[in-house]
Amino acid sequence: MGNWIINHGLSAFIVVVWMGINIFLFVYYYMLYDLGPQFEYTRELLGAALPWARAPAAVLNFNCMLILLPVCRNLLSLLRGSFMCCERTMRKQLDKNLTFHKLVAYMIALMTAVHTIAHLLNVERYSNSLAGLYGPLAGNLSMLGDSSELNTTYLNPIRSTSTTPTLFVFTTIAGLTGVVITLALILIITSSMEVIRRSFFEVFWYTHHLFIIFFAGLVFHGAGRIVRSQQVTDPPHNNSFCEDQPENWGKIPECPIPQFAGGFPQTWMWVIGPMIIYLCERILRFIRYMQPVSYRKIVIRPSRVLELQLVKAGFKMEVGQYVFLNCPAISQLEWHPFTMTSAPEEDFFSVHIRLAGDWTEKLIKMVENLPEGAQGPSISVDGPLGTASEDVFKYEVSMLVGAGIGVTPFASILKSIWYKFKDSNPKLQTKRIYFYWLCRETHAFEWFADLLQVLEKEMEERGMKDFLTYKLYLTGWDQSHADHAMVHFDKDTDIITGLKQKTLYGRPNWDKEFEEVRKDNPSSEVGTFLCGPQALAKDLDKKCVKYSDVDPRRTKFYFNKENF
Amino acid sequence: GKIEWAMWANEQALAAGLIYLTGGIVGVAGQFRGWQFAAFGIAAGVFVCLLEYPRSKRSKGTSVERTGQYCFTVCVKAFGPLTSNYYVRALLHAALCVPGGFMLATVLGCVCLGIASLIYLSAAIHGEHWEPILHRKELSKRIGESIKKPPQNPPPRPPPELRRKKADHLETAAYDNPMTVAVSE
Repeated sequence: MGNWIINHGLSAFIVVVWMGINIFLFVYYYMLYDLGPQFEYTRELLGAALPWARAPAAVLNFNCMLILLPVCRNLLSLLRGSFMCCERTMRKQLDKNLTFHKLVAYMIALMTAVHTIAHLLNVERYSNSLAGLYGPLAGNLSMLGDSSELNTTYLNPIRSTSTTPTLFVFTTIAGLTGVVITLALILIITSSMEVIRRSFFEVFWYTHHLFIIFFAGLVFHGAGRIVRSQQVTDPPHNNSFCEDQPENWGKIPECPIPQFAGGFPQTWMWVIGPMIIYLCERILRFIRYMQPVSYRKIVIRPSRVLELQLVKAGFKMEVGQYVFLNCPAISQLEWHPFTMTSAPEEDFFSVHIRLAGDWTEKLIKMVENLPEGAQGPSISVDGPLGTASEDVFKYEVSMLVGAGIGVTPFASILKSIWYKFKDSNPKLQTKRIYFYWLCRETHAFEWFADLLQVLEKEMEERGMKDFLTYKLYLTGWDQSHADHAMVHFDKDTDIITGLKQKTLYGRPNWDKEFEEVRKDNPSSEVGTFLCGPQALAKDLDKKCVKYSDVDPRRTKFYFNKENF
Repeated sequence: GKIEWAMWANEQALAAGLIYLTGGIVGVAGQFRGWQFAAFGIAAGVFVCLLEYPRSKRSKGTSVERTGQYCFTVCVKAFGPLTSNYYVRALLHAALCVPGGFMLATVLGCVCLGIASLIYLSAAIHGEHWEPILHRKELSKRIGESIKKPPQNPPPRPPPELRRKKADHLETAAYDNPMTVAVSE
């Protein structure tokens, strides 16, 4: 239990607080509209559907305010940098920004459903009230119109019996905006389903921009002020006395005609802040987009991996960060994330681009057709944006697990180690690094094996064999691999990678690995970093919890996940 | 990558079916005016959900099934071209959505289904069609059989250069020889 608190406590706390606020808002506004005396006559017309519509509306205000914040990635990056105290836990929290964004989105969807259904009932009830189906009180209240000679203000927004609910919805601001933004929300949700997002990112990304319509409509949704409350009149209208005799209103002194007014629209007050923040975020991205970027070197690596070494004025990065690249020649609007493979100590930054889809294919093709030494296609860079790997030097012991293409951020880390070593950089708090590289096949990662070879040599020269322990796992081995390994089993270096450290076959036995790390480092804080698939993350997360000790003098494992 | 429109149309149509159904339930339960359209909405919503639940097999890449979609796949497959052709589906959804427009509770379902119909039309124009995702049960049987069969070939041996002991490199030889070896060649 204690281990769970160490690794998940803060996230759970934030979710509990968020849920608590949601519940509080829902219950508070439900009570307000269900019991508030100023809504007594409104409830006469609408019944229980009134509070059921207004309570989710309040929750929606709160969540629409929150939803824009987790996706301001530049803002979040700044925040990550400024959290000097409670470093480790706060930084981990910001990793889960996308998870939080989705959670808030689900709440918005749920509340929209409740809100819409309640309003469907409301519109029907307004219509029926006007038609006199709910008795004389409701009927008379409905007949009050906006008239200055008769000194009346309306309560029922439906003014004519020929107005059908559908017509009413499409001729009022609230109705029209409501339908439009709900439609936008539905399209956003269906295109954000994991299947669509993982396979066709552009559909997801472009459709998601319907959020602009969503927020525009949301801000104007309440402008019509059609939910009315009773105003205090002089002399006051005594509801309990007057409700049985609507025909006498205006004729006897105790019952002047009741006056109604709509509530001041409040949604804009909730969302205007985050909208401005998000606008700043987009402006910042645009400014970064406009900065000129030049190519220092372009290398085509084996297996059609493209290495781009780029230079941009004022660009400062940290290990394991990523950038978004945009190439107007390929697509004006597409930005694709790539982890940087260079170390901060170098005077350029590099990315290794693998063939993974349309955009990368076009880029590789363009570059292949370039003449020797020419500059590449014009490119824009947004970033650097930080993720978990920045913390890797803050832990005394680090376990780095890179699966497949997830090995890329660790290229940056390992290079940085090499530089820090050469410079004997005191910032390096790390005493030991365990690196696990899992891949189905080494195809397309030969460049990484080269890097490891160089490091291996350096480590040996300095007699620091213990500093970096790495294990390579080839998970996609087959019979021919096994044969080949058996034949060459005597050789000094590995037959696949050419490294001194032999390649292991199959998946790692994590229990054994964690045991080993715990045994070798009995009283350290170990940071575990993964760049890889979800299933592995869950596995490692559980192992971190399992092998952590609540006793602060013993080994503790912290799990960080880089999200792509 | 290249979008398979049908995948998005499928998500949209499934959502539309649920919304149509929900709107219909509200309309009938609340005894709204025009509740007959709501009743139709319920039937149409359920039908659309059943039709759209089984995902199609992708033409490129791995297909992810929905939980328990196998029985639905079999049913939908049984209708042949009526369900595998996306022009037919687009037309069907367009027709089903029209009655929803006559009543407020089902209007949203109507519009969502209409949009799904349009996306299906786009899918059809791009030449896509619905393919059932069927399990490949035969593969597992094959593996089981091979375990029972004895090996046909001898175990792999190191290549001849390593097998033969050279008198001056006795340590690197692949096996021990009970007899002494004379220098050859």
